[in-house]
Amino acid sequence: MTWIVRYVCLIPALPMLAAGISALLPQRSRKPAAGLAIVSMAASFALALCAFAAALSNPSPQVFNFSWLQFGDQTLALGWLLDPLTAVMLVMVTFVGLLIFIYSTGYMEHDENFTRFFCFLALFAGGMLGVIIANSLLLLFMCWEIVGLTSYLLIGFWYQNPRAAAAAKKAFITTRIGDLGFLIGMVWLYAQAHTLLFYDSGRGALESGAVSHLAVTTTIYGLTLSSAIGLLIFCGAMGKSGQVPLHVWLPDAMEGPTPVSALIHAATMVAAGVFLIARIYPLMSAHGVEVVTPTIALQVVTWVGAITALFGATVAVAQWDIKRILAYSTVSQLGYMMIGLGVGGPAVGMFHLITHAFFKALLFLGAGSVIHGCSGEQDIRRMGGLRKYMPLTFLTYGIGMLALSGFPLVVSGFWSKDAILYSAHHWSVSQLPFYMASLGALLTAFYMTRQVCYVFFGTLRLPGHGPVSHSEPDSEDTRHHGAGHPHESPAVMTAPLAILAFFAFALGFLGTPLWPWFQSFLNGDHSVAAEHEPGLVATMAASSVIALLGIFLGWLLYGRQSIATCEAPDVLERAQPQTFRVLHQAYFIDAIYDATFVRLTRWTAKLADLLDRFLFHGIVQAISFGVLGLAWVDSFVDNYVVNFGFDSSWRSISMGGRAMAALQGGRVQAYLRYIGLALVALVLYLLWGVAR
Amino acid sequence: MLAWTIYISFFGAAILLLLPKRAASLARCLALLAATSACGIALAAFLRHRTGELFTIVDKPWIASLGIRYHLAADGISLSLVLLTGIVAIAGVLFSWDIDDRTNQFFAFYLLLIGAVYGVFLSYDLFLLFVFYEIVIIPKYFLIANWGSTRREYGAMKLAIYSIVGSAMVLVGLIAAYVAAGSSSMALDKLAGFPFSAHFQMVAFPVVFVGFAILAGLWPFHTWAPTGHVAAPTAASMLLAGVVMKLGAYGCLRVAMTLFPVGLGPWSHPVLGIDSWREVFAALAVIGILYGALVALVQRDFKFVIGYSSVSHMGFILLGLMTLNLMGLSGAIIQMISHGLIGGLLFAVVGRMVYARTHTRELAALGPMNLSSALPFAAVTFVVAGMAGMGLPGFSGFVAELMIVIGAWRAFPVLALAVGFGILIGIVYVWRAMQKAFFAERGHELPPPHPLQPITIPEKIAAALLIASSVAVGLYPQMVLNIIQPALHSLLFAGLRPGGWQ
Repeated sequence: MTWIVRYVCLIPALPMLAAGISALLPQRSRKPAAGLAIVSMAASFALALCAFAAALSNPSPQVFNFSWLQFGDQTLALGWLLDPLTAVMLVMVTFVGLLIFIYSTGYMEHDENFTRFFCFLALFAGGMLGVIIANSLLLLFMCWEIVGLTSYLLIGFWYQNPRAAAAAKKAFITTRIGDLGFLIGMVWLYAQAHTLLFYDSGRGALESGAVSHLAVTTTIYGLTLSSAIGLLIFCGAMGKSGQVPLHVWLPDAMEGPTPVSALIHAATMVAAGVFLIARIYPLMSAHGVEVVTPTIALQVVTWVGAITALFGATVAVAQWDIKRILAYSTVSQLGYMMIGLGVGGPAVGMFHLITHAFFKALLFLGAGSVIHGCSGEQDIRRMGGLRKYMPLTFLTYGIGMLALSGFPLVVSGFWSKDAILYSAHHWSVSQLPFYMASLGALLTAFYMTRQVCYVFFGTLRLPGHGPVSHSEPDSEDTRHHGAGHPHESPAVMTAPLAILAFFAFALGFLGTPLWPWFQSFLNGDHSVAAEHEPGLVATMAASSVIALLGIFLGWLLYGRQSIATCEAPDVLERAQPQTFRVLHQAYFIDAIYDATFVRLTRWTAKLADLLDRFLFHGIVQAISFGVLGLAWVDSFVDNYVVNFGFDSSWRSISMGGRAMAALQGGRVQAYLRYIGLALVALVLYLLWGVAR
Repeated sequence: MLAWTIYISFFGAAILLLLPKRAASLARCLALLAATSACGIALAAFLRHRTGELFTIVDKPWIASLGIRYHLAADGISLSLVLLTGIVAIAGVLFSWDIDDRTNQFFAFYLLLIGAVYGVFLSYDLFLLFVFYEIVIIPKYFLIANWGSTRREYGAMKLAIYSIVGSAMVLVGLIAAYVAAGSSSMALDKLAGFPFSAHFQMVAFPVVFVGFAILAGLWPFHTWAPTGHVAAPTAASMLLAGVVMKLGAYGCLRVAMTLFPVGLGPWSHPVLGIDSWREVFAALAVIGILYGALVALVQRDFKFVIGYSSVSHMGFILLGLMTLNLMGLSGAIIQMISHGLIGGLLFAVVGRMVYARTHTRELAALGPMNLSSALPFAAVTFVVAGMAGMGLPGFSGFVAELMIVIGAWRAFPVLALAVGFGILIGIVYVWRAMQKAFFAERGHELPPPHPLQPITIPEKIAAALLIASSVAVGLYPQMVLNIIQPALHSLLFAGLRPGGWQ
C-alpha cells in the first residue's frame, strides 16, 4: 500500500481541481458544478479510505518530500505524510464534507449563486485536506490560508447583507491576527531548525534531533525555545479554533449559509487549530531535561482551553438564536479539545475532535433543517412543538443533543468527553481545569436540553401559526422558502442527518476505556488492551451524573415550564389546590433553583455575554481605533511635514531663482549701475589695500 | 540579440512619431507589436540562459578617452527583470487601448520609457547605465503631464525633481568612484573589483544608495510615489510601480552595494545604538513598510491606497537587500518581480477598469455604485490582485515576503517582528478598500445615468497575463531562483559575502 503515500496529494487536489473547473463554468450550470464537487469529494473519500487502510497496516509516519525552494545548501522543502493522525482526519473530513455537499444541494437549491457556492465549498475542502496531509509547516500554513480565505468567502456569501459582510471581515482579520503569531513562529522555527518539514527521516523539525535541540535552548523568561515557538504557533490555532480571546468571530460567522456553518464552523475548519496542535505535539511537549511537570506550552494550551470551555458553555445558556447556541457550544467544545491536548495528549483531544465533528455537523444540519422547515425562523422562542411536524429531524437532533450533552454510555460524546475529564483529573499541575470542564459539561447538557425543549416540545409558537411575515429582512435563509406550516425537509437533507446520527452513536465505541482502539491507533502502538487505571469508574460515574443532572435541570426549567405556560392553569392545581401549593412550596426546588442556580447561571451567562460584547469587542475596537489614530497621524505628518519639507524647499529654490531672474532683467541702465557700483567698490578696496 | 529589446522599443517610438495623428488604431497595434516582440526576445533569452551566468551582449568603445564603453551584459538578475519589464509593457499597452488623445505620441513616449528601462537593466558600463537612467525621466514626465489626471503638473514635476535629485547623487558617487579608481574605466566589474578605502566607501555608499533608493520609494523620500502614481495615466502608473521603482532597487543592489560593500560594514563609533548604514537603511525600510500600510489605511482616494501600498511593498525589497543573506536578497529580487506584476495589476484595476468608467476614485462615491455587480470582472480581478498583494499563498507575494521575513529574522529579528505587523496592516487596508469600493452596502441612490461599459477583451487578456505570471512565480519560485542564484554567487557580489553567504 505504499503507492497511496505518493498519491495522498490527490485527496486535496481533486476538490481543488473541481473548484477550478467550476470557477470557469457559467453561473447557470448548476448541476455540473454541484456534481463535480460531489464526485470529487466522493473520490477523495475513497482515496482517504485507502490511506486509512495503509495507515492501519503501517502506523509510522510515511512521507513524500520534495524541494520547493533551493538556495545553495539550504532548501525549503514541501511534502505530505501519512500517519494515523492524518488518516483519521482525512476520513472524517471527506466523509462529513461529502454529506454536507449532498445536503447543500437541497439547502441552497434556490440560491442564484449556486455554482459559486459549490466552487467555494470545493476549494475549502481542498484547502482543509491540504492542511491535513501537509508534512511541512509551510505547506500547512499555505493551505491554512486558503482555508481562511474560503471561510471568509463563504461567511460573506450573502454579502449584500451587511452583517454577513461584517462578519466575514471580522473572521478573516481576527484569524489573521492569530496567523501572525503562526508566521513568526514558523520563521523562528526555520531559523533554528533549518527545516520546516515535520518528518524527514531523522532531520525533520518534529523528530528527536531538532526537538531535543530546541528543548534545551532557553530564550527570554526561561522559556524553552520549543515552548516559545509552540506558543507562537498556538496563536494561529487560537484564531482558527475560536479560543478566548480570539473567539469573537466564530458566533458572528453564523451569518453564512447553514451548511457552511456545519462544515466549516463546526466540524472541520475550526478543528484545524486543534489538529495543528496535535500535529506539533512533539514540539509542544518537548522536555529538555527529565522533569515531571508538563511544559509551559501545554499548560497554556490547557488553561486557554479550560477558560474557553467554561466561557462558551455559560454564554450558550443565554442565547435565543438556534445557530448561535450551537456556535457558542462549538467554542466551548473546542476548548475541551484543547484541554484534552494539554492534559492527555493528541489521542484524547483528537478523539473528541472526531466525535464532535459528527455530532456537531448533525446538530447544525438539524438546525438547518428546522430553519428550512420554519421558513427561516431562527429564534427558538418562536418555535416549539416541532417534533410533530418534523419527526425525523427531531429524532436525529435529539441524538445529536444527547451526544453533545454526554449522555452516559450510549453516545460518542460521552466517551470522548469522559476521556478528557479523566485526564484533567489526573493532571499534575492543577485540578482547576477539571472543575471548570466539569461545570462546563453540566452547562452543556443544560443548554442543549433547554434548546430542545424550546424547539421541539411545547406548543407551536410560530407567529400566527401560519402566514409568517415573509419580509423577514435579516435572515437570508428565508428568501426563497414559502411561508406556511412547518414541514419536514426533503430526503436529500434528512438522509445525511440519519447517517450522521448513526455515527454520533457508533463512534464512541472506538475509544471506550475498555477498548481504546482509537487512542492506541493514534499513539501508534497496537496493544489494544483494556487499561484499568485508578479512578476510571469514578470519573465515568461523575461525568454521567454531570450529564444527567444537566439534562434534568434543563428539563425541569424548560420542559416543564413550557407545558405549564399554556393559557389554562395546571390540571393538578385546579383539582387539588392545597396539595399543589404544598408540593410547590415543600420542595422549594423551584425557588431555590430560581434563587441560586438559575439566577447564578443567568447572571454568569449575562456577565459572560456582556464580557463578550463589551470587553473583548471593546478591546478589538480600541486596538482598531488606536491603529486608525496612528494612521491619521501618519497621514497628517506625511501631508504637512514630509511633504511640506519638499514643497517649502522647492519654493525657496524657486524664490531664489526669481531673485536671480530679477537681476537679469535686460535693463542696460541697471547693469551699468551695477557695474558702476562694483567699480567703486573695487576702487575703494584697492585703495584700502594700498593704504595698508 | 537581447540588445534588440532596447532598439525595438526606441525604433517603435520613432515610427510612432512619424505616424499621422488620426491613425490611432495603427499606433496601438504597432505599440503592441513592439512590446510583444521585445517581451518575446526577453523570454527567449530567459529560457536560453537558464544557468544565469553573466554574458556580454555588446561591448564596443564609446568615449575611448574616458574609458567609457557601450557595454551591454546580462546575468540572471537582469534577465528576470528584463522579462518582467516585457510582461508589464504588454499589459500596459493593452490597458491603454482606450487612449484617444494623441495616441501615437502617447505610445511613443511609452516605448521610449520601456526602451530606457531595458537599457538600465542591461547596461554593464555604469556611465551607460546612468544615461539610460536619465532617459527614463523624460518620457515619464511627459506621460504624466500630458495624459495624467489629479494635479498632474504637480505630480509630474515632483516626480521629475525627485528623480533628478536622486540621479545627481548617483552621478556624484559614480564620478568619485571613477576618479578614485584611476579614471580608466566605468565598467561595473572593474569598479566593483577596485579596493576603495574603507573611509571612501563609508561616505560614497550612502550617497549612491540613497540616490537610487529615492526612486525605490525609500522612506522618507517616498512622497513622489503616491502623488506621481495618482497623477499618472494608468499605463504610466503601471510602469512606475511595475518597473521604474524597480530601477531604483536594482541600482541599489547592482551599483551601490557591489561597488561599496565595505560601506555596509560597522561604523567605528555607533550612534544611538545603530552601528552601520545597513541598520539605518533596514530600519528606514521597515518604517516604510509600516508607514505606507498605515497611511494606505485611511486614504479616501482609491488610487492613493494603491500608491501607498507601493511604498509599503517597496520597503520589503529594501529590507531584503539589507539582510545581506542569500534568502533575503533572493526574496528581494522575487519581490521586485512580484510587486511589478501585482502592483501593476492593482493600478490597472483602479485606473483603467474603475476610474475610466466611473470618473471618480473616491471610495465613498464608488460604494453606492454596486461595482461588484456592475463590473464583476473588475471586482474579481481586484480581489485576486489584493489577495496576491497581501501575500496569500499561491501568489508570488507570499514567496517573496516569506523569504524576506526569514532573511530578516536572521539579520534583524526585531525588525522581522515589525514586518509581521506590516503584513497584518497590509491585509486590513486591502480589505477596507475592497469592501468600500466593490462590496459596500447597496446604496439607495439611483444607478449611474449611463450604464458602465463592460470590461473589454484587451483588459481581460492583460489582467490574465499578470495574474498568471504571479501565480507561476508563486507556485514554482525555483524557476526564478535558479536563474538569479548563480548571479548572486558570482564574483560581482563577492564583496557582500565575505566568507560565503550566511
